[in-house]
Amino acid sequence: MTTVSMTVNGKVVTHEVKNHTLLIDFIRETLDLTGTHVGCDTSQCGTCTIHVNNMSVKACTMLALQAEGAEILTIEGVANANVLHPMQQAFAQNHGLQCGFCTPGMIMTALALIKDNPNPTEEEVRLELDGNLCRCTGYQNIVTAILEGARAMRAQ
Amino acid sequence: MLSEFNYHRPESLDDAIELINTTVDGLFLAGGQTILPLMKHNLATPTDIIDLASIEELKGISVNDESITIGAMTSHTTVAKSQIVRDNFLSLAELAGAIGDPHIRNKGTIGGSIAYNDPAADYPAALLGLGATVFTNKREISADDFFVDIFETALEEGELIIRIDFPFVDCTAYEKFANPASLFALVGVMVSRNDSIVRVAVTGAGPSVFRINQIEKALEASFTAASLDEVPIKHADLNTDLHASAEYRAHLIKVLAARAVRKAANQLDQKAPHL
Repeated sequence: MTTVSMTVNGKVVTHEVKNHTLLIDFIRETLDLTGTHVGCDTSQCGTCTIHVNNMSVKACTMLALQAEGAEILTIEGVANANVLHPMQQAFAQNHGLQCGFCTPGMIMTALALIKDNPNPTEEEVRLELDGNLCRCTGYQNIVTAILEGARAMRAQ
Repeated sequence: MLSEFNYHRPESLDDAIELINTTVDGLFLAGGQTILPLMKHNLATPTDIIDLASIEELKGISVNDESITIGAMTSHTTVAKSQIVRDNFLSLAELAGAIGDPHIRNKGTIGGSIAYNDPAADYPAALLGLGATVFTNKREISADDFFVDIFETALEEGELIIRIDFPFVDCTAYEKFANPASLFALVGVMVSRNDSIVRVAVTGAGPSVFRINQIEKALEASFTAASLDEVPIKHADLNTDLHASAEYRAHLIKVLAARAVRKAANQLDQKAPHL
């Protein structure tokens, strides 16, 4: 067991973890933040995408101990209290989700893209989604939602 | 579920080397994008993980008169976005920016990629096609000697990659046909030309990255896509799997090499007025 400390959605958390604990398990099981999903557990599907030090990563392919001292943002930290983030709003308004399982990863990926590129083209959005699978195959509306969410964020 | 291990995060190169030499079955952890999936399948069961994340000597990108140097722990995203790399080796930046997906590129490192030597990884083609040199804690190894066979390199026990030097070339381009599911290279071809020397490295097509002498010779005679038309590509030793046959991979090598040559030759044309 090793003590690990990180900032998750603005709060400092410190816990003893087994060394082989994956970051996704720490977030879901220890912190009880179950908005971040596990689809494949093999680094393919991207439902576990979170931000670590402002970069998107797959939380299933990182040890909790690798996040020592890191700033973590999960889907739970995106909305402002009960007001949805413009990107979440755009997914809701554009039918950007069907079953919703991939949505947390899609939104975290979209936010990482827009941080670097506030005005992405459709092609850039599609390229950025290389690591995120939608099992409902609803990509068309996911892309529309991200473009719309980006527009709303620029307008803010 | 990963098996249990001791975890270390040394802050100096010396400490990391001491740990690898004193632990029973220690393993260096770079970005973890290969080793963690392997550990989940119990294909790697180290007693100790030595996380290299806090070692400053392994990070960063620098440039001098003859080459650029990339630290082993530099992520694919950092290489793809680096102005130094983009200004001097656009093909390398583009190669790094097309590895896997954005999340994997944020964690995966150049050192980790080449140490593993996956037969379909992109970076081995960059090192071999650009004539790079790998610097370790023990010695320097030319790319020609570094990649030995499938998942095998010249690295010895307790040897750690510190940095990779890429010498400047006149022009270079990388073209790949990515497997749309895995995003690995079904075939990738790196072409570079420096004075009269041409290097052509192919990844994804065989057990390990390799050079094609016949294509290099044809391009040294005439650096044009058309000069490849009559070059036969043997497919006997190439991979056949559910994604593509050896014959198809042989075909792709030629197509991608031709594309890369056109792209690289374009750079020469653009440079010409300033020469």
